[in-house]
Amino acid sequence: MTANTALLLTLIVPLLGSVLIGLTGRWPNLRETVTLITAISLFALVIRVLMGLNAGEAIGVELVTVISGVPIAFNTEPLSILFAMIASGLWIVTSVYAIGYMRGTNEINQTRFYVCFALALFGAMGVAFSANLLTLFIFYEVLTLSTYPLVTHKGDDKAKAGGRTYLAILMTTSMVFLLPAIIWTYVAAGTLDFVPGGILQGNLAAGSATLLLLLFLFGVAKAAVMPVHRWLPAAMVAPTPVSALLHAVAVVKAGVFTLIKVVVYIFGTDYLAEVPYESIAVYLAGFTVIAASCVALRQTNIKRLLAYSTIGQLGYIVMATMALAPFSEIGAAIHIAAHAFGKITLFFTAGAIYVASKKTEISQLNGIGWRMPYTMAAFAVGALSMIGVPPTAGFVSKWFIIAGAFQLDNYFVLVVLIISTALNAAYFLPIIFNAFFKAEDVTPVKDHGEAPVNMVMALSFTAMLTILFFFFNGPVLDLETQIVGGMP
Amino acid sequence: MLMHLPVLIILAPLLGAPLAALMRGSNWPWLLATLICWFSLLCSILLLMQVNSQGEVIYIMGGWEAPWGIEYRLDFANALLLVLITGLASVVLPYARLSVEQEVGEERSPLFYAALLLLILGLCGITATGDAFNVFVFLEVSSLATYTLIAMGRDRRALTASFTYLIMGTIGATFYLIGVGFLYVMTGTLNMADLAERLPAISDSSTVRTAFAFIVTGICLKLALFPLHLWLPNAYTYSPSAVTAFLAATATKVAVYVLIRFVFTIFGVDFSFGMEPLAEVLIPLSVIGILSASTVSVTQPNIKRMLAYSSVAQIGYIVLGLAMGTAMGLTAALLHMFNHGLMKGALFMVMGAVAYRMGGTEIYDMKGLAKTMPLTFWAFVLGGLSLIGVPLTVGFVSKWHLILAALELGWWPIVIVILAGSMLAVLYIGRVIEAGFFGQPADTTRREAPMGMLVPLWILVIANIWFGIDTRLTVDIAVAAAAQLMAGGVAL
Repeated sequence: MTANTALLLTLIVPLLGSVLIGLTGRWPNLRETVTLITAISLFALVIRVLMGLNAGEAIGVELVTVISGVPIAFNTEPLSILFAMIASGLWIVTSVYAIGYMRGTNEINQTRFYVCFALALFGAMGVAFSANLLTLFIFYEVLTLSTYPLVTHKGDDKAKAGGRTYLAILMTTSMVFLLPAIIWTYVAAGTLDFVPGGILQGNLAAGSATLLLLLFLFGVAKAAVMPVHRWLPAAMVAPTPVSALLHAVAVVKAGVFTLIKVVVYIFGTDYLAEVPYESIAVYLAGFTVIAASCVALRQTNIKRLLAYSTIGQLGYIVMATMALAPFSEIGAAIHIAAHAFGKITLFFTAGAIYVASKKTEISQLNGIGWRMPYTMAAFAVGALSMIGVPPTAGFVSKWFIIAGAFQLDNYFVLVVLIISTALNAAYFLPIIFNAFFKAEDVTPVKDHGEAPVNMVMALSFTAMLTILFFFFNGPVLDLETQIVGGMP
Repeated sequence: MLMHLPVLIILAPLLGAPLAALMRGSNWPWLLATLICWFSLLCSILLLMQVNSQGEVIYIMGGWEAPWGIEYRLDFANALLLVLITGLASVVLPYARLSVEQEVGEERSPLFYAALLLLILGLCGITATGDAFNVFVFLEVSSLATYTLIAMGRDRRALTASFTYLIMGTIGATFYLIGVGFLYVMTGTLNMADLAERLPAISDSSTVRTAFAFIVTGICLKLALFPLHLWLPNAYTYSPSAVTAFLAATATKVAVYVLIRFVFTIFGVDFSFGMEPLAEVLIPLSVIGILSASTVSVTQPNIKRMLAYSSVAQIGYIVLGLAMGTAMGLTAALLHMFNHGLMKGALFMVMGAVAYRMGGTEIYDMKGLAKTMPLTFWAFVLGGLSLIGVPLTVGFVSKWHLILAALELGWWPIVIVILAGSMLAVLYIGRVIEAGFFGQPADTTRREAPMGMLVPLWILVIANIWFGIDTRLTVDIAVAAAAQLMAGGVAL
């Protein structure tokens, strides 16, 4: 199989998978087998594409032309392969976890759930491998629409309200800001292809470029830069596997991924550095980091706390991207991976706690560590990664972002990181402390232990990944340094 | 035979209409009408191919050369529109059988199909002819047929709706006729090509300017540009479902085509935009139309009426595109003409299916539709996404070109209006989808629409997606048509 075939199959397989899942809905065991097989083959295909990329194969597929000069086309580069690997790899783990969760909580409409999940992965793969902004936009919208039924899964008023916010913000921003930004780029540059070094240099007046950058920044609401972040807490009404894979990994990372793509391959870092007031983007992202952490401090619901923590962590990535130092671009790319491992672990633990004990509030977690030692240990690992303490994944990316800040003497970034680290510690550490060192307030009605074994396996696995990434990040690092043209 | 294609499109329904009226029952006239429509579709596709190879097809009616006789003149713009009209007719007619049986009744069915054939004949005639007076004749044919068809609606309010449209439509047609009369006085010809040739020399006269004002106003009444749209919501709401689907998809588009023909070919860009304040008048009206009609849509309890107001807004987009007076704007207008026909056709056909099973088209009839009529519901979702302009649907292609045209001119406020319009579409489509998805139906038994309605409906839905992905046919032809029109209708 050539790398090009594999590339096309990464789109066909999840799409076909969703159809098969729909057809086998009557037999749950068969349906779940289909999900797992789809996930595993998707990951294998992404690996094949990666091998092709490393071997220097020419990779690029062009389908139909929608707008003159802008076909629906796919290719790959270091950043896209990283995003695709994380999303598809973690889909396998999430599927194992989701089977336990969905059966453990007796959710309704499980077939629809798995169908939409596969469709969302189809969207994520399309975003990852798109060769131009139009293709990216199309799959960006696929991702929005396919996750709406997942957010509103429960179908009650709360879910409906959450879904409305979710769709309203993501659709409005993408149509009102992102689409004009893309068409404007097309009018200015005559193309929408992702080209190393950018396509806008010399095609757009510097003053207009500031406005265009802001249109992109707020148009890509999936990156959750304040004030277009409200959809993410709203999405927390979804079942936890959705929050874990989609709203900690696939959807939000599609957002920051798009922004990095725009900065590196549409504007080009050199050109963007000349754009006046470009640093507004850095300040906005920095503000998001601090503000989200402050809001997180006051949250009482576990999943909402994690949502605000995600907003803050996405802010790191956006801030690092917009800082424009080579090191910080690498840091931004690596943080996509690092945050994914840590945050999916945290969401997995939140879901495991819910399935085992029906607890959803932070105040209920006192002493739970001794009932669910694996789960809470994994929680601790994930939380440490968010704070950025070695030996966890979060430390690696923070290192590079700080290095980037020193490269440019950008002390704003540095100060934001320091404050954010302190705030992260302030809201995560008490939870861990209370879980292990405080007595339970009341004896629970049900004398529970750990969640079902496949859930515990999944969350232990991702916790291990979080630690392993600290030690073995060489290959990822080598790959991602290519986006800035080699190690600076 | 191939030579006579332009006239065959007119002749087939003309001969079919009296035949259908003479038949008994509902199945035979239906079959006849359907076959005629399919034949017309075949003819118009062949015509489009001819135009594609020759650039222009001229047919001299009865061998009488213009300017004494009437000539039919086809270029990219009207050949594409003919495909849309006959194509929509070919899809709506198979769908109509059950719907008409229920809503109109067997007794009146022959008359219904006869009137429908006359309507198709009229629309095709307006589109194909190259004679300004002939346009008026066909305009009257199609209008009279339309009044009859609307009046056949189940609801008694259909009668007043039909009467309102009759008054407004007649005023529009009269205005048009007055304008054409003035032109005849000044130039001594009714042939469009001759008019285009002779007008520039005398364009500074107040008679020509008055003629222009009469013609534009008259046509704007027919195409329901805000604030001349008052006849449209009731006409669409109360007429039989199949008629609404066909009218919404084609009738207003044909009027838009006549406007384009007069503005660009006959009067020419220099006169319309340079000497007359066409853009200054049409752009504010279409902007207000887009925003106000979309806003009204959001609160309509009757979904057919909601879609009717949405049509007024969408016509605003089309007029906006042509009022820009640039090749890109005209391309966007032509594209949206075709694309809007596809999406509104599909959506009104969904409403027909809902009316067939639920007995009404209020929003509470749509509650829980995802469970009771899943295929119909998903057709609405896809058609709705197309109306909003989500990528991979035709709506996206239209919107892209319209925004592109506005950006080329640097008209940022217009870009904002277009985007605001599609945001409002998210609202009014969204609330229907939410009702269908989460609402609890009074009766939860599954009662999907019959195959006879579902198949044509889904053909249109798939066309919405097909032409949203493979845009070669539509975009290329729209670009070619716009280039022809901007050059004053001369074949390139």
